[in-house]
Amino acid sequence: MDTLLFALFAGIAILSAVVMIMQRHPVSSALALVGVMGSLAILYLLLGATFIAAAQLIVYAGAIMVLFLFVIMLLNAGAEPKPLRQSFLARALGFPLGIALIAILGFLIQRTVPPDSVVVRFADAKAGSPQDIGRALFTQYLLPFEVTSVLVLIAILGAVVLARKET
Amino acid sequence: MPPAPPAVPLTAYLIVSAILFSLGAIGFVIRKNVITMFMCIELMLNAINLSFVAFSYKHGTVDGHLFTFFVMVVAAAEAAVGLAIILTVYKNRNTLMADDIDSLKL
Repeated sequence: MDTLLFALFAGIAILSAVVMIMQRHPVSSALALVGVMGSLAILYLLLGATFIAAAQLIVYAGAIMVLFLFVIMLLNAGAEPKPLRQSFLARALGFPLGIALIAILGFLIQRTVPPDSVVVRFADAKAGSPQDIGRALFTQYLLPFEVTSVLVLIAILGAVVLARKET
Repeated sequence: MPPAPPAVPLTAYLIVSAILFSLGAIGFVIRKNVITMFMCIELMLNAINLSFVAFSYKHGTVDGHLFTFFVMVVAAAEAAVGLAIILTVYKNRNTLMADDIDSLKL
């Protein structure tokens, strides 16, 4: 069951990511990104991270993507025009180099993490419930948490200052 | 076809994370639209989050989950400010294509 769910949602995530970077229209890209984030939430659940899965759906797939879609619609962004001229080097090497990047990263992971050393079973997850997260967040990680609130305040001010009308 | 393993190795999660990160990096390079490039950054952040949660599972602690939480907060702040910057650039330059925003180029 674990294997089936993992294969299904990992496949959906990777497929949606490919669709996202191949689409020319930003709205299609945004919707594909929502697909990636939704399937990542299921993968978090399989790893036992229930709180993070919920936060992923609410914060990423909910709030951030709505913000993206608002801006896309506000600016009336259309599809990218086809490039008029493209260097021969970019066309010839782009795809192989992309595959090479994935292959190198996968190779390094295989080398550094011994295969089959840890297997993931949903029932074996030791931590990740909202209680665990809350306890760690308000004891061990209290200072970063408070600094984060200042960061969000600065971000709000920055967004307001940047988006207001010039006087 | 070999029988499916009873449980997924941790490496599989890390490889999915690596693939998503690479796709995000590739998308950042090949797309011209600033908003789509920004979405590729979000994709890369998400891929790293998956790695954090996977390592957290390996160690049986909650630390990786908290890092993921902080990355989410920073991503939300970044999205708010970044999209405001994109709005301002669009107001001034009337374009969203990264190639046309080249005032700093000599």
